[in-house]
Amino acid sequence: MGFENIVFYVFAGIMVFSALMVITVKNPVQAALFLVLTFFSCAAIWMLLEAEFLAIALVLVYVGAVMVLFLFVVMMLDINVARMRAAFMQYLPIGIAVLVTMAVMMFMVVNQIHIDAPGRAAANYNNTRELGLVLYTVYVYPFEIAAVILLVAIIAAIALTLRRRPNTKHQNPDLQIAVKRDDRIRMVKMDTEEKK
Amino acid sequence: MEWLNTSIDWLTLLFQEWVVVYFQMLPEALQTVILIVLKIVVIMVPLMLSVAYLTLAERKVIGSMQIRMGPNRVGFFGYSLAGFGQPIADAVKLMFKEIIIPTGANKYLFLTAPLLSLGPALAAWAVLPFGEGIVLAEVNAALLYVLALTSVGVYGVIIAGWSSNSKYALLGTMRSAAQIVSYEIAMGFALVGVLMAAGSLNLGEIVNAQRGDYGIVSWFFLPLFPLFVIYFISGVAETNRAPFDVAEGESEIVAGFHVDYSGMAFAVFFLAEYANMILIAALTSLMFLGGWLSIFPASWIALVADIPVLSWVVGDGIHWFFAKMSFFLLLFLWFRATFPRYRYDQIMRLGWKVFIPITIVWLLLVGVFVIQGWFGLGAA
Repeated sequence: MGFENIVFYVFAGIMVFSALMVITVKNPVQAALFLVLTFFSCAAIWMLLEAEFLAIALVLVYVGAVMVLFLFVVMMLDINVARMRAAFMQYLPIGIAVLVTMAVMMFMVVNQIHIDAPGRAAANYNNTRELGLVLYTVYVYPFEIAAVILLVAIIAAIALTLRRRPNTKHQNPDLQIAVKRDDRIRMVKMDTEEKK
Repeated sequence: MEWLNTSIDWLTLLFQEWVVVYFQMLPEALQTVILIVLKIVVIMVPLMLSVAYLTLAERKVIGSMQIRMGPNRVGFFGYSLAGFGQPIADAVKLMFKEIIIPTGANKYLFLTAPLLSLGPALAAWAVLPFGEGIVLAEVNAALLYVLALTSVGVYGVIIAGWSSNSKYALLGTMRSAAQIVSYEIAMGFALVGVLMAAGSLNLGEIVNAQRGDYGIVSWFFLPLFPLFVIYFISGVAETNRAPFDVAEGESEIVAGFHVDYSGMAFAVFFLAEYANMILIAALTSLMFLGGWLSIFPASWIALVADIPVLSWVVGDGIHWFFAKMSFFLLLFLWFRATFPRYRYDQIMRLGWKVFIPITIVWLLLVGVFVIQGWFGLGAA
């Protein structure tokens, strides 16, 4: 038990620290990198809770994909931090609302009000398999609806960014491959000329 | 001979009496940690040596493909040994070079970036099985873990380019990070095909799902052939190797994201590239070429089961895994000696418009195969 506690407190400490750094650090790229660190330590804590599938999915989806694209955008944009700071008071009520909700939920979980603490799983318990079974049986409709919503979002994102500009220069590989010798060179037969 | 036997006896006794007894006196958690660290060392030391000698192999192989000698001067103790000491000399040279940190660079991130690109390439080895049950961590979601770690490797590239405080490095970062992210998708889809065929995310179970009575014919590379080819080519693109090495591009841009790195910091990027190559080779052989399984049919293995050396060579074992890995590593080097570099738009077109549609179509087919029960899983 001692070792698990140490691991938990180390990662929880890193997580709280890096989450604080996300909102206090001045440089937006550094803030994004601290968010990555937060996700990592969160994944480690989930791993400790034997939710290995969720932990790895967190790293795969958020760290490996979402944050990479986020960093791309943040690096390319020249973000004015001072102007973003000015909106702090405007967003404060929303932040407080989220904070209160989270605190209430944590209180319920810790004191086990309406929520039972999960027991230890058996050694051969396969987290991925159990999740898959539940998702494709009990929750199959919500799951499929979520998938369709995501698909619509993908298509919408592509449609929003798709601009047909008439005068861009781009190559058509099919035409390039289909080229024959006669399209490019013309053989000319002519007599040798004599020096005059 | 008598004294040799007695001294060996004495040494084993010493080992049992002292090392084992003292080891058991330690607290149990510490024992576990020490054993795991020892296992990590047993995996890492040969891996780093392979990385070092892969650089020599690359120069030798490309040299002989271009009818040159390759490096043949540095050896040990005055013997040149066909250039066998070259990697050691390179490493020593790079270690003693100065690490120059550019003006205005973010020092911590600048020095962390090489580690972030090497770390995932090494950490993925934790779940790779070398033989039946020979694995550091038997993880059920091993395939996802590998996928997650390879997707984290791109941070080394991004942070290196950004922290160098140089627009050239940043542009190089954009090029290679966009390439890595694009090919990751095709790679992920190829892996989905593998896990559908094997019915498991555990790499050991994936290898065992490829076990059949007819040896090589039962492996996944035949039913999943397009995924196999796409996975390996995407692996070449992921590691920024020729013909996808626009990040390196020595003839036009002289390295992209690590243009400002020197000395050992640069060498770590170099090590990461080669460690990633070995990782991709190992993963491809595990997932498509049956890992440690023998190419011979089970009946042949049974035929020679009583012959001492031959049965070991013909039967399943770690040597098959290494042989398959070596084959893929040779392919990496061969590609570099053969193909001209892709243009950037060609790279993007191949990833997005060719590979991803093919993998999606083949995934549907794999679904049909699974329902038909062709992978021995049944319709369930």
